[in-house]
Amino acid sequence: MTVLSLRGISKTFGAVAALTDIELDVDAGEVVAVVGDNGAGKSTLVKILSGVHPPDSGTITFEGREVAITNPSAAQKLGIATVYQDLALCENLNVIQNLFLGHEVRPLRLNEVAMETRSWELLRQLSAKIPSVRVPVAALSGGQRQTVAIARSLLGDPKIIILDEPTAALGVAQTAEVLNLVERLRENGLGVIMISHNMADVKAVADTVAVLRLGRNNGVFKVNDVSTEDIIAAITGATDNVVSRRAAAREGAAAHTPQEGRPS
Amino acid sequence: MTTREENARHRGDRAAERSETTSTDLQDERLRSRDGVRGVVTDIVERARGGDLGVIPVVVGLVVIWTVLQILNPIFLSSANLVNLTLESAAVGVIALGIVCVLLVGQIDLSVGSVSGLAGAVLAVLFVSEGLPVWLAIAAAVVMGAVIGWVYGQLFNRFGVPSFVITLAGLLAFLGLQLYVLGTKGSINLPFDSGLVNFAQLAFVPAWLSYTLAVVAAVWLFVSGHLHARERRRAGLSARGTSVLAARSVALLVVLAFVVWYLGQTRGVGWMFVFFVALVLIMHYLLSRTKWGRAVYAVGGNVEAARRAGINVKAIYTSVFVLCSTFAAVGGILAAARLAAANQSSGGGDVNLNAIAAAVIGGTSLFGGRGTAFGALLGIIVIQSISSGLTLLNLDSSIRFVVTGVVLLLAVVVDSVSRRSRTSHGRA
Repeated sequence: MTVLSLRGISKTFGAVAALTDIELDVDAGEVVAVVGDNGAGKSTLVKILSGVHPPDSGTITFEGREVAITNPSAAQKLGIATVYQDLALCENLNVIQNLFLGHEVRPLRLNEVAMETRSWELLRQLSAKIPSVRVPVAALSGGQRQTVAIARSLLGDPKIIILDEPTAALGVAQTAEVLNLVERLRENGLGVIMISHNMADVKAVADTVAVLRLGRNNGVFKVNDVSTEDIIAAITGATDNVVSRRAAAREGAAAHTPQEGRPS
Repeated sequence: MTTREENARHRGDRAAERSETTSTDLQDERLRSRDGVRGVVTDIVERARGGDLGVIPVVVGLVVIWTVLQILNPIFLSSANLVNLTLESAAVGVIALGIVCVLLVGQIDLSVGSVSGLAGAVLAVLFVSEGLPVWLAIAAAVVMGAVIGWVYGQLFNRFGVPSFVITLAGLLAFLGLQLYVLGTKGSINLPFDSGLVNFAQLAFVPAWLSYTLAVVAAVWLFVSGHLHARERRRAGLSARGTSVLAARSVALLVVLAFVVWYLGQTRGVGWMFVFFVALVLIMHYLLSRTKWGRAVYAVGGNVEAARRAGINVKAIYTSVFVLCSTFAAVGGILAAARLAAANQSSGGGDVNLNAIAAAVIGGTSLFGGRGTAFGALLGIIVIQSISSGLTLLNLDSSIRFVVTGVVLLLAVVVDSVSRRSRTSHGRA
């Protein structure tokens, strides 16, 4: 079931067309990797989906309804949660305090017990390996911090989670930990949009890869049907890439294909 | 029920089967178990090693200072002198409480001395010269403090001027205003028979009430701890054992009873000191048990994270500046009442730095996000001990300034070093 679909999304900043005519579909229980070079428009796309910038044109359909995402809280209310690259955690606060920051239970006499119980529930849901929720976030590893940030985004019961470069600053083991986490999100029926530069991670965890190049769609692939080289070719815009080859083949055969890049 | 919830529930069931006896929060095999009183002690030692010193430096410092001063002058630890010390510490202690709040959000208020002096002057002029009722004069001085803090907050939020500069300007401006308000006379005496002066100089808690309060505090500590532990156990979380809670309460009772008994050898516990401690307890509650307090720590830890979590960062800054200036005004009123006068030097000299030093010595970090209300209480007792001890030795104020300056420097160094240690031990 398609939870989120974008059609014809465009955004310009002054004279720069950051995004032109973007299409993207995310199903429940699907991991969509959005890849692209610097300046391809990945961050702008994230910002449009998380309500930081409204799009200039195009439609966003969420759970079958056309919606306008005008500000960050509107995105959260819809059920689109974003985990930014810098995670935005307070290092001096512990895990529980970070998870519930700004959404504390019982504001005038904090209900620590309820918050701790819920924290454990969330972390169990992610099969997270965090020894104690009462330690300051500063004491956690990079992967564990990512876990905390993702767990916090789950608090609002979202349908779609956007992960911005979740493995960018992580070591091998921690990256594996985060990839497990992404799979757990998929198992739990969430749609995941993962922005990434790392092809190994994309191949390891994503179902679909959407390539952006200079603010335009440059191919949507099923991960199992495409090689890393083909993805990189689409990212860099090498002339002899899978998209151009398929296009040529299609012209030759004049056959109907359901979607570009997908084998019929 | 959605599949997600079902999944979670199944996993939860399995987890429960695996460890029926272990609390939810202690299931990770990497956790070392820490039971009973001994566990608590090990915990404290390990934290200190990691740079999370808490109140250890201030307690150690206090012991050293008291020992040295007692050796130099046997009167120092006498009941009479300690009673004086508690009374003297209340005014600057209240100011330090406000400083703790601004330091927690990573800002500073350098004008608390001037604001306290101005509050004393306003009180004296309205009460004595204008003949208004004392409560009205107090209210006016307190409101003035709040307004000053609000203005600081607006300047800080709207123009992004560093609080250091805003309050430095305030320091000079409000000192000028204080001189203007006092007029040519330069000094106004408060009548000795007024309730305010009586409160600050002569009002002591009767012995029976002091002991009752000590018992109430200990019982309350035990009962609240017990209820909390019960709630945690019901929710399947680990909790402190009854023996630990009891030991804690008994320790508190013994300490409080000893203090009350020892101070009771002469005049006893002053109401003004009780007032200060009450403010400390209120601030402790606000900072540790309310959403506002969480937001204060979050803003001090990572402003951007706080903003993205939906915290109204500007409102938090404003509230903290208002609180600090208000406490400064209250401290100024107490100081004027204690002296039974407001004059041109009220709030001048070392008041400013003593208040800031007390907050820092009490473990509040200058870098924001760390510190407690109790820090103000402990810190001011250290500062006041030095001041009182050196006065007893008949030393000049020049030496007092130097010593206080050195102690402040030590406190800041301890703060910086422990911060570095925290970073390397992952406890920032």
